[in-house]
Amino acid sequence: MEKYYGKSVLQGIAVGKLYVFEKKQSSWTKQTIEDADAEMVRFSSAKEKAVAQLDGLYRDALEKVGEENAMIFDVHKMMLDDLDYLEAIEERIRSEMVNAEYAVTVTGEEFSAVFASMDDDYMKARAADVIDISARVVRILEGGEDAGLHTTEPVIVLADDLSPSETIQMDKTKILAFVTKHGSANSHTAILARSLNIPSLVNVDMEILKEYHGKEAVVDGVEGALYVEPDEQTLAEKKRGQEKLFAEAEKLQQLIGKENITKDGRSIKLYANMGNVEDVEKVLKNDAGGIGLFRSEFLYLGRDTFPTEEEQFLAYKEVVSRMEGKKVIIRTLDIGADKKADYFGLDAEENPALGYRAIRICLTQPEIFKTQLRAIYRAAAFGTVSIMFPMIISVSEIRRIKEIVAEVKAELTQEGVSFGEAELGIMIETPAAAIVSGELAKEVEFFSIGTNDLTQYTLAIDRQNQKLEPFYDSHHPAVLRLIQMTIENGHKAGIWVGICGELAADDTLTETFLDMGLDELSVSPTYILKLRDRIRNIG
Amino acid sequence: MKTVEYVVADPLGLHARPAGLLVKKAAAYKSGVTLKNAETGRSADAKRIMGVMSLGVKKGNRIELSIEGEDEDTAAAELKAFLQENL
Repeated sequence: MEKYYGKSVLQGIAVGKLYVFEKKQSSWTKQTIEDADAEMVRFSSAKEKAVAQLDGLYRDALEKVGEENAMIFDVHKMMLDDLDYLEAIEERIRSEMVNAEYAVTVTGEEFSAVFASMDDDYMKARAADVIDISARVVRILEGGEDAGLHTTEPVIVLADDLSPSETIQMDKTKILAFVTKHGSANSHTAILARSLNIPSLVNVDMEILKEYHGKEAVVDGVEGALYVEPDEQTLAEKKRGQEKLFAEAEKLQQLIGKENITKDGRSIKLYANMGNVEDVEKVLKNDAGGIGLFRSEFLYLGRDTFPTEEEQFLAYKEVVSRMEGKKVIIRTLDIGADKKADYFGLDAEENPALGYRAIRICLTQPEIFKTQLRAIYRAAAFGTVSIMFPMIISVSEIRRIKEIVAEVKAELTQEGVSFGEAELGIMIETPAAAIVSGELAKEVEFFSIGTNDLTQYTLAIDRQNQKLEPFYDSHHPAVLRLIQMTIENGHKAGIWVGICGELAADDTLTETFLDMGLDELSVSPTYILKLRDRIRNIG
Repeated sequence: MKTVEYVVADPLGLHARPAGLLVKKAAAYKSGVTLKNAETGRSADAKRIMGVMSLGVKKGNRIELSIEGEDEDTAAAELKAFLQENL
């Protein structure tokens, strides 16, 4: 048994025979030509054919992996039509009097070297794109075909490297996994593999030898390892792991598009929590009904200046547009003395959790608050947006917030800037807010209970302090009663109530929450389908 | 000549997809369009994708488009909107 490690692109286990994929060997040599015009005609017609092939690949990919991932073939097409690239090739053919195969290959290497030398991993990976398009033209010049997979049974494809076009052209039903010596998690091949849902390892520490062809192997994407000729025990263990993963995933995937409804007909909304723009992918993939908590701190942390309105607007807009009308609940700035950004100029505090944070900063420094609200209201024109305010303790805070909101809307109207409407709600995360929730409910359109802070404040237990672990009880009746009280008061006033803290994902409480009449649970995207499964088995 | 300035907000910077869209957009105008990465001072023809991508524009970088030609006014307005929309 041999074992090699690589970078896993997709968590999954594959068992099967190895297929060593070799690129078609080019047989051209550098030649001196007599007629540069004739060579240019040869080159141009090969280039046109390559563009037509890429067109076909683009349409194929559009169907298999969607527009976002298919775009690479469109970009390849544009690279092939790039004047800098074409002029460099023509110059070489005409001034050096060399054959097109040579001119294209050398020019491709030159352009690729520019990308390879950039100090950016994403751009470095583009070097492979230039080599890919050049190789395509050379193949056509040689009258060759694309190398395909020649196998009747599904295999684990093992290669030095795979170009995006090689990846997409392979018959997906014949591929159990991809393993490459080169490539990065950022490469288009990795991205395609992920969207095709095929376990893959890149950057594997091994030489790809012809003798591996046909050997039994296991790809473990969880461990990030390739086993060649695994021993019986390993094989049996991996097969069990595979079956388990497969059964779980299968079961959960079947719940996509299904309702969150109990056997006795009670239903609840399942939304997702997220913390930056990229997360929206996971939210959609896991079939969340909306975004129940979009933390806006990512815009403020890890930088030296306040984010501009425009920056914030673009981030919110992207998320709101991609949710296509599904509700997006944006929580305003929740920075405090423990989650600090230097440019806020916050003082050190004795009791940061009880300190100058969240809405308290926003109401003291309304200019920061207004910039964020303007950005959110502008983004609201592109979908369904709700705004949620953190750390509320009293009615007067909400009245002040509503005054500021009215000012922001008046200013936008006056400036002729387009904006949308937004539902306004608050987090219930202080015992004070839970106790006066009856009064608060008359002022807002929804409540979202933040159980992490509510628990810490109710029990007077700092969750960062591990010594207090034995005293901590996440199901403490005081917390559960505050939750129940909040729900009852919310419903009395006719508004909806959800939970967006960690407790929402605790499936031992799901039934209790349903009994309390809770309207929404917002959890990390990976919990959505698991909770849906739980809900559908209640009653 | 018209100039459009913009600070890139896309986390990946001017990556393949928006670069492709930008080049397509720029190519549709009669005016010449030059893209400059103000961080490095390097410029490229905005109608040529390899040049645009090799500027290595990252999130937070300020970029400048210089537009010169008969349709520069429309081009400037539309390209500005394009940048805000896509980057």
